[in-house]
Amino acid sequence: MLEHYLSLFVKSVFVENILLAFFLGMCSFLAVSKKVETSIGLGVAVTFVMTITTPVNWAINNYLLKDGALAWAGLPNVDLSFLGFITYIATIAAMVQLVEMVIDRYSPKLYAALGIFLPLIAVNCAILGASLFMVERDYTAGESIVFGFGSGIGWFLAIVAMASIRHKIRYSNVPNGLKGLGITMLITGLMSMAFMIFSGIQL
Amino acid sequence: MSALEKFFDKHRSKFEKGGKLEKWRPLFEMTDTILLWTNERTTKGPHVRDALDLKRFMMMVIFALLPAILFGIYNIGYQHFRAIGASAGFWEIFLFGFWKFLPIVLVSYAVGGFWEIVFALVRHHEINEGFLVTGILFPLILPPTIPLWEVGVAISFGVVIGKEVFGGTGMNVLNPALTARAFVFFAYPAKISGDKVWTVFDAAKDKLVDGFSGATPLLVASTTSAGSSAGAHLMHAGYASYSWMDMFLGFIPGSIGETSTLAILLGALILIATGVGSWRIMTAVFAGGYATALLFNTLAGPANTGMFTLPPYYHMVMGGFAFGAIFMATDPVTASQTKVGKWIYGILIGFLAILIRTVNPAYPEGMMLAILFMNLFSPLIDYFVVKANIKRRLSRA
Repeated sequence: MLEHYLSLFVKSVFVENILLAFFLGMCSFLAVSKKVETSIGLGVAVTFVMTITTPVNWAINNYLLKDGALAWAGLPNVDLSFLGFITYIATIAAMVQLVEMVIDRYSPKLYAALGIFLPLIAVNCAILGASLFMVERDYTAGESIVFGFGSGIGWFLAIVAMASIRHKIRYSNVPNGLKGLGITMLITGLMSMAFMIFSGIQL
Repeated sequence: MSALEKFFDKHRSKFEKGGKLEKWRPLFEMTDTILLWTNERTTKGPHVRDALDLKRFMMMVIFALLPAILFGIYNIGYQHFRAIGASAGFWEIFLFGFWKFLPIVLVSYAVGGFWEIVFALVRHHEINEGFLVTGILFPLILPPTIPLWEVGVAISFGVVIGKEVFGGTGMNVLNPALTARAFVFFAYPAKISGDKVWTVFDAAKDKLVDGFSGATPLLVASTTSAGSSAGAHLMHAGYASYSWMDMFLGFIPGSIGETSTLAILLGALILIATGVGSWRIMTAVFAGGYATALLFNTLAGPANTGMFTLPPYYHMVMGGFAFGAIFMATDPVTASQTKVGKWIYGILIGFLAILIRTVNPAYPEGMMLAILFMNLFSPLIDYFVVKANIKRRLSRA
């Protein structure tokens, strides 16, 4: 059992990195990767939100939305899965509010550095993506926790690596047209090429 | 030499600012500094007086590559004549390999150099000998049968996307030669993997010996059936059976420059003696790889595939491990810069390369992607090593 969770974790961090294999969560990845400290902060926040929302959404899906999920309430023929997207987003938004308040209270510096991108975690595609993958792949409760956490760590790893690369190339003589987002996009492509080292590993 | 110097001095003014040929200054600068020396003098400290400036630094790598290049040329011919079962003299073998190798190098230098010069002229930066290294490293990690147009396309990708968009030599993130290799590997897999690409022969004309198999030792080892040992399997694989000594000396199919560990180690001596390559990284890669292979050996159960049972000293001489460790991982631009960082960086490269060889069925070889992967993380390692240093020194104060 433990082995199974471990391989799922490795898979979600490296083999199917949510950012570098599926390109989810690109907006904040591109925007907040200028400084390593900030990117660590955002990475931790995203990991936290993902670890919470994926199992919460799992519970919602399995006990409220899925076809036949309401059997416990005496409604075995009700299928509410069309409400999936909106409910997941609502859960995520609520979680993000919570994280925002916590960060604001305990680390005002990080709160200021993250700025608008903290509330925008709510619409970070990676987080919704993790929930939707969870539904699509029919994970169990335990798997959904591991998968949410693993995807978060994968995203964290990618953004921190990107921030340190951008830190390294800050004096590089990048052509004018490519400065900023252009070169960041190119690096993302090169990163995902290097991450293909893990593609094909069977776990 | 002085006639050459006079010639350059006479024409220098035309290329200076305001001169007639100002646009072409990078080209003039390049020929001048390759043939003679740099005319730039530092005006502020620190002044380092050393014959080994940045430009000569890169030339040392090419000297260090010479044993691997010469052996690679010989091995192209050797594998060819072995495949068709003909015996040939030394020079016949060598010249056969030479005529296969030369066009690949020429295309690599011509196309890559073209991009280098275009960028230098448009963006007014200097042309650095760094390109001469990329241009020779890249052919050495290709199979000898690679179509020339693919060499051209890949080196374009490597030079432009891998280096020039970052501003040229010294500013890139990934090793340009490996970027080009990874590009051709993913874009044209049929021409760069499998067991048909490592030996030069003409399917229409050459009659191959019975039981011919061009599989590299790594491919042979990876087909070891569960339960039997890979080392023993390698010895009894018919045409493709190789002993450890064969692999150490390099008489095996493989990419042009990577087969002979002996020749590569000769290069390593030059690199370490001149201080061009970091001995820390080289040692760390071998140590990391060795430890990982040992770990897999102890983990190997009866159900695991043969690669698990391959002894560590076999891993060191197979595939691109040695070549990558000596010439690719030590690239001063893309490797970690700090001392502690170099150890971490190297050990992780060794670890990843063996890990991929053993557990990833998609690739028989993992060295290329392991180095590229760690190139991505070397700035991160440096960042934290520097942070830790600052913290330690602050606490001491």
